[in-house]
Amino acid sequence: MNSEGGVRSFDSFATSLPKGERRNPITHTQAPVTTGTSIIAFEYDGGILMAADMLGSYGSLARYRSVPRLLKVNDKTVIGCMGDYADFQYLQAIIEQMEVDEACKDDGFQTTARSLHSWLTRVLYNKRCKFDPLWTTFVVAGLDQDKPFLGFVDKLGTAYTDPIITTGYASMLATPLIRKAVEDKLKDKNEKLTLAEARKVIEDSLTLMYYRDARASNKYQIAIIPSNGEASIIEEPKTLLGDWSVAHLIKGYE
Amino acid sequence: MISQRFANLGVEQGAGVSGTKKSATRDMPDWMSAEHSTGTTIMACEFDGGVVIGADTRTTTGMYVANRVTDKLTRVTDRIYCCRSGSAADTQAIADIVSYHLEFHEIESGEPALVRGAAAVFQDMCYNYRDQLSAGIIVAGWDSRHGGQVYSVPIGGMLVRQEVCIGGSGSGFLYGFVDSNFRPKMSRDEAEKFVTSAVTLALNRDGSSGGCVRLGTITKDGIDRKVVLHNELPKFYEG
Repeated sequence: MNSEGGVRSFDSFATSLPKGERRNPITHTQAPVTTGTSIIAFEYDGGILMAADMLGSYGSLARYRSVPRLLKVNDKTVIGCMGDYADFQYLQAIIEQMEVDEACKDDGFQTTARSLHSWLTRVLYNKRCKFDPLWTTFVVAGLDQDKPFLGFVDKLGTAYTDPIITTGYASMLATPLIRKAVEDKLKDKNEKLTLAEARKVIEDSLTLMYYRDARASNKYQIAIIPSNGEASIIEEPKTLLGDWSVAHLIKGYE
Repeated sequence: MISQRFANLGVEQGAGVSGTKKSATRDMPDWMSAEHSTGTTIMACEFDGGVVIGADTRTTTGMYVANRVTDKLTRVTDRIYCCRSGSAADTQAIADIVSYHLEFHEIESGEPALVRGAAAVFQDMCYNYRDQLSAGIIVAGWDSRHGGQVYSVPIGGMLVRQEVCIGGSGSGFLYGFVDSNFRPKMSRDEAEKFVTSAVTLALNRDGSSGGCVRLGTITKDGIDRKVVLHNELPKFYEG
């Protein structure tokens, strides 16, 4: 289990059958059990900001309310995960072991966001091809030779990069909000958002998600991956309130 | 191996099995073919000095009560217990194997196992065989490094530590009660009353839970087990 090769083989069950009795690997398309909802990430002038709420939903039940869905891989890379939380924990253990192995090599190299994104794509696509997917969508953020890298990989192995990445409901709700803020600033001042402006956009997006996504919660975390060489950081959990005063304006349904 | 068992029956996994089951069982009452399930209400909570675990005592086969005095609080080590919900066979098999692993580990390491370690072994099994198992488990106990701890390993095989955890079909009736009544760092007595009341409330509403309430209090001195018999359970609004 602790050897480098062993930890990263994904079809070990099939190969542990006695010789002469090789069967097709057991293939099931899973149904996800405990799931996380959307992830939001985009570039600002000093690096990348990523955010996720802290809810693990068990179907419609908001069962685990303090579950971290962002993972700091190393000083230059943070990932966020949506979908089945057990599958996320499985990959989390493998990725953390990968970082230990890299540190042990002690050759000055760290896993980069781009290479992690590429590795995740291969893993997820190959599992999908065997009809045994990891029911997860990942957002990978980090620095690639001091330039920001932001990538998306889903359970089918669909992968792409973009300055704004959102998953799930956020792609419908938050992306327009983020695009407007980013493009307006670009048009008016030809600059990217500052950290304070980016935080406001994130909070507005998460608030909108809390209003409109029935599987979202108001407890969230933000991760910052700065491009100036400082270490990436996942901040302490925060809570949103939202503005519900519009409720006073509505009476009845006519 | 699980797949080999199905192969020996000459039946394929998946659709094949249920097809055979249906044709052979359509003339029987439901309980002759339904799997044993610990329908269940299970619970564990930390208090200042250890953990309190609790469960109902009903095992059902379909709608028949196969065992009305089941013990769902299963020893894994002297100071680590698990609360079992889901398929009775699956959870018993898993608990037996985990117990073996930990006994071996304790011999090799020369010290009592960590609660987190036990929970990780449960996670390993419940995650890697997730498509073949129906097991929702709460791991709770005491170790000298981190004191009393409760870990939830639900269906699917994730692992998360919580101060209080509820599980099983009866737990649905308890989320409101727990959210409004749980306080961290209760005394041992308060925690035992809290767990007893909660399991009783669920037992009264969930058809798959019933019987008595089994309690266990795990501290540095080991486990202290109690049964609150059905007629001695606390009384609530009965409507």
